[in-house]
Amino acid sequence: MPIKIEHMYHTYQAGSPFQADALEDIDFTIEDGDLLALIGHTGSGKSTLAQHLNGLLTPTAGRVLVDGQDINAKGANRRALRQRVGLLFQYAEYQLFEETVYKDIAFGPRNQGLTGDALDARVRSAFDKVHLPPDALEKSPFELSGGQMRRVALAGVVAMEPEVLVLDEPIAGLDPKGRDELTGIIHELHRGGVTIVLISHNMDDVARIATRVAVLDKGRLAMLGTPREIFSRGDELEAMGLDVPQTVQLCRRLRDGGMDLPDCLTNEELCAAICAAKGGAVHA
Amino acid sequence: MLKDITLGQYYPVKSFVHDLDPRIKIVLTIAFIVAVFLGGSLLGAIPITLFILLAARAANLPVKLLLKGIKPLRLILVFTFLLNLFFTAGDTVLLAVWKVRVTLEGLQTACRFSLRLVFLVTGASILTLTTQPVVLTDGMERLMRPLARIGFPAHELAMMMSIALRFIPTLLEEADKIMKAQMARGADFESGNLLQRAKAMVPLLVPLFVSAFRRAGDLAMAMEARCYHGGQGRTRLRVLKITRKDYIACAAVAALIAVTAVIG
Repeated sequence: MPIKIEHMYHTYQAGSPFQADALEDIDFTIEDGDLLALIGHTGSGKSTLAQHLNGLLTPTAGRVLVDGQDINAKGANRRALRQRVGLLFQYAEYQLFEETVYKDIAFGPRNQGLTGDALDARVRSAFDKVHLPPDALEKSPFELSGGQMRRVALAGVVAMEPEVLVLDEPIAGLDPKGRDELTGIIHELHRGGVTIVLISHNMDDVARIATRVAVLDKGRLAMLGTPREIFSRGDELEAMGLDVPQTVQLCRRLRDGGMDLPDCLTNEELCAAICAAKGGAVHA
Repeated sequence: MLKDITLGQYYPVKSFVHDLDPRIKIVLTIAFIVAVFLGGSLLGAIPITLFILLAARAANLPVKLLLKGIKPLRLILVFTFLLNLFFTAGDTVLLAVWKVRVTLEGLQTACRFSLRLVFLVTGASILTLTTQPVVLTDGMERLMRPLARIGFPAHELAMMMSIALRFIPTLLEEADKIMKAQMARGADFESGNLLQRAKAMVPLLVPLFVSAFRRAGDLAMAMEARCYHGGQGRTRLRVLKITRKDYIACAAVAALIAVTAVIG
């Protein structure tokens, strides 16, 4: 179920003194099986773009086509759409409201009309996917840690079994361990067949798990390509206020220092390249 | 969806009225209300209308924005108008259908009272549109200061008010975000009967309350960490000063009161 974005513009509070152009002429397609990372400086329009993908925001101009259908057309069923395109907001732990984790995860599928065993199966399957301690299921979400609450919120969206999952900075504000775990969960979901759009500031994660990267700069789509293509343009990224992964940074420094290295994206590649350059064997 | 609330929204432009001292603006708004009530006849509405247009001009506000402020009042306006139209006793009957009689006096009273409402709302909204909430509470605090001597908590009240005002947009934004997050999970806030709709609010209200309390706690902690201890001995960043512009504004309102008092 590809999502095609056609020449989309979005202006906040048009016609008032607070008018602000958030997105300008965005045009690209999210393909099936993508793990598309959306990166960009604060205020570049990433979250705004994310909210267009399931019809929470309506473009000022242009179209968003999900599976070939204009989601903002008259009579389009947005509730059905939102079950196919799941969206997890920034700091999603603040959206939890139920008495128990179980009930909170059940909120989405229940809105889809599921009851009884089917509902129970959905909730348990989603709960299993986010790797929480088994006893958490009957606890109040407010008893959990921030990172655990975030995972409950993710489970709440996963339980709707969307074909596309849009995640708005899912790892922001987590400790390193929580970050690694959540990145792992996202990677697993992707391997399980879900198309993922991931907004992230963590370039190391982007380099590791993304299949494609879209770069937003001041509301415009500045670059689109594989992580390898994108991160080889480090100077341009830095001009937009973005980092490159640490591995790429190290690789560039070594090259500046006179070492003959190809572009490397992961630790393993860099290791191998350094060993090759030094004429030794790979021990890693 | 929650962005349409104009009440008390500051309109950020530069103008004569924006520059006025908040204390003066508050006092002048009260004086304006007095003038509105002095103007009893329909003729008295003319100088008041002119004054509002002049003030809107001096405040660099589009008249459309002022009219938008009346929109939420439309039901009350219609109600006031009809009530006065049909239930005012009078001799000059304009229209009589069965037991319903519309008199000239009734029509006049109806116009007068509805106009009065419009004037009050637009006048007050000029104050809030041209004054930042924080500055407004600052002005109120200064005006209430004499009352502090008899134990009235002027500073605390003003502080509470500015904090409340400060957090309205934050909470609206938060509510908007939570609403969207729940809509993304298939929540439906728009259809169903009253009971269903009330129930649909739970997923919105619980997180909103939780976050409001969390914010309140954080704010209290942050204020204490910066040694906030109430109003005593507190100096201010913005020192309020009466300037020539304030005298001009006072003169304008005084003239309005004089004119309406004469016309009646």
